[in-house]
Amino acid sequence: MENIGLTHILFVSTTLFFIGVYGFLTRKNMITMLMAIELILNSINMNFVAFNKFLYADKLDGIFFTVFIITIAAAEAAVAIAIIIHLYRNIKSIDVDEADIMKY
Amino acid sequence: MLSQNYIALIPLLPIISFLFIGLIGRAYFPKFCGLIGTLSLLISFSLSAILAYQFFFEIGKVNGVYQKIIALKYTWLQFTPNIAIDMGILLDPISVMMIVIVTFISLMVHIYSLGYMHGDHRISTYYTFLSLFTFSMLGLVLSSNIFQIYIFWELVGVSSFLLIGYYYDKPSAVAASKKAFIVTRFADLGFLLGILVLSYYSETLDFQTLIQRLTTNGTYLSGIATASFLGASALTWGLMLVFMGGAGKSAMLPFHIWLPDAMEGPTPVSALIHAATMVVAGVYLVARLFPVFVMCPIALDIVAYVGIISSLFAAIIACTQTDIKRVLAYSTMSQIGFMMFALGVSGYAGEEGTGFMASMFHLFTHAIFKALLFLGAGSVIHYVHSNDMKDMGGLRKMMPITHITFLLACLAIAGIPPFAGFFSKEEILTACFHANKFIFGAAVLTAGLTAFYMFRLYFNIFWNKDFKSHHTHEEHHHGEAPKSMLFPLMILAGLSVIAGFVPFNKFVTADGAGFETEFHLGFAIGPVLLAIAAILLAWKMYAKENSMSDNVSNSIKGLYTSAYRKFYFDEIYLFITQKILFNLIGRPAAWVDKNIFDGLMNLIASITETVSGSIKTYQSGKAQDYAIYFFAGTLGFVLLFIYLWI
Repeated sequence: MENIGLTHILFVSTTLFFIGVYGFLTRKNMITMLMAIELILNSINMNFVAFNKFLYADKLDGIFFTVFIITIAAAEAAVAIAIIIHLYRNIKSIDVDEADIMKY
Repeated sequence: MLSQNYIALIPLLPIISFLFIGLIGRAYFPKFCGLIGTLSLLISFSLSAILAYQFFFEIGKVNGVYQKIIALKYTWLQFTPNIAIDMGILLDPISVMMIVIVTFISLMVHIYSLGYMHGDHRISTYYTFLSLFTFSMLGLVLSSNIFQIYIFWELVGVSSFLLIGYYYDKPSAVAASKKAFIVTRFADLGFLLGILVLSYYSETLDFQTLIQRLTTNGTYLSGIATASFLGASALTWGLMLVFMGGAGKSAMLPFHIWLPDAMEGPTPVSALIHAATMVVAGVYLVARLFPVFVMCPIALDIVAYVGIISSLFAAIIACTQTDIKRVLAYSTMSQIGFMMFALGVSGYAGEEGTGFMASMFHLFTHAIFKALLFLGAGSVIHYVHSNDMKDMGGLRKMMPITHITFLLACLAIAGIPPFAGFFSKEEILTACFHANKFIFGAAVLTAGLTAFYMFRLYFNIFWNKDFKSHHTHEEHHHGEAPKSMLFPLMILAGLSVIAGFVPFNKFVTADGAGFETEFHLGFAIGPVLLAIAAILLAWKMYAKENSMSDNVSNSIKGLYTSAYRKFYFDEIYLFITQKILFNLIGRPAAWVDKNIFDGLMNLIASITETVSGSIKTYQSGKAQDYAIYFFAGTLGFVLLFIYLWI
């Protein structure tokens, strides 16, 4: 256990981040895109916790930020789903490519 | 002392009525606008009559010399401690005389228009413009500042433009209004330059200070007299340019071409603006700056020669025209020429100043009888529904009152004693006789021509053949004009008989002091006999229908035709503007504008359009595309950051 260092955790969180980015850019279903965003946020959470533990072990700021981000992620999910439902009522679809009326 | 408040009311009442009629009256009670305008002017006239009485008989005179009084002064725009544009009221004999004339003629025209314009659906607009004109004219004559006079000068130009183009559905009226505006505006350019020259050297815009500085020896006078440009001193140039503005407004050669066309306006307007008041603004301007003009004999000579040439020229044309209003227009031009050259030959003080006094006297009497002539002509036109004297004749039986008043006015303008024109014209001829024999001869000739063409007009309208109406309907034969039209005619006719007995030499002189004039029977008898001979000639040619006038015109065919075509002035102007100015300046300028300036702008616009057209597809509306740009951008910044700092 003792040879798991900061680098390992950062590697995992970076992987998670780019999986999230990839999912956000490629999936056409808006719910799935929302899930991808959650992945990105959680990779950030991991970073915060890891840096807090390895660099400033006597402080709690990183943990606080994690708690805030989880709260905001919950609120954001609620808003995003509300938007998706309204969009579905209007265009009868939750495919993100269908919602392209806001352009030149 | 004068109460300042009521003097300010004289010009303010018309502007109040202008705003009131124009903003409220026109929309809610158009029928009463005429009455409101007339009423406000009646008050204005009464106040100016009271003011004139006070000025001339009670407070104006100090030690036998009429003073210039600044009754009101309000600093409007202060540029430097020396130069300020003020709004003020300057009272001196000529301005007081002018406000009485302006308010009086304007009142007569207001009353007359109640009948003449009756039934016109834009009558409220008409009265709005009349009020605006009266205000501007009063502001002009009362100005205490040379820039103030310029502002009001332009305002009368605008109101004249509006009133000439009153029948805006007639293309000729629209063209005439534009012509009047452009020609006078062009001349006003000279006026503005003149103001700049004079005020630059005298370092003031105030009339009294300016006159005082430019007439007494000192640094100012020597500065303006020694500075020279193209062989003439700055003083000469300044005065010439100011006179150019005056010549434009007063229809002197070569700016006279707008006046005959201005007759397209309603006839009462012609009486007010283009006969009695506005067109004498040029004379008034020269008279206002007269002390400065006296310092510069060249400028005065030019005033005199422009005046006499215009006068003779217009009188010759007037003998051939058949439109009765155009005859009157040329007659106006001729009479204003009389006023101009009377100023031009005049000296400053005492008996030398006979010309100045005579000019103002003629301005006064001319305003009365010329307004009467125009209003009489309006009454005739109202009856005949035509401007052409070929459609008239024998009208004396149908309209006896118009006939009598018109005859009185004709006698007045022809200079038959004891009517008004005789006295003023006699003074002018006396002044010329002492100053310049050439001008005197031309003036006597013009006076004879005046009598001839006025009576040609009179006989053609009221005698000659019997009147045959072109209208078959019975309602057109309404006989004599309504009372509101006859009333001003009778008042003006009465005044044309007695106005000559006003002793102008006591009241209105260049230096303010009165002087004695002698009356020489032997001198007066010549011009009077000439006028009578001219009247008899007109009687022989036109009183009965005969071929004599045709014979005469055939025998001098070249002269007759060129006079009938107004000596081709309109054609010359058209040639200069259309062939020379348009082709040599207008078209190249238009080409440069269209191809170079517009081309530059179009180039910029088309570049913008192409660029934006090619990049607008990046805005696809798809959220994931934007996300890709966002990530790519972030990535780019991160890489840049790493490259630069790490």
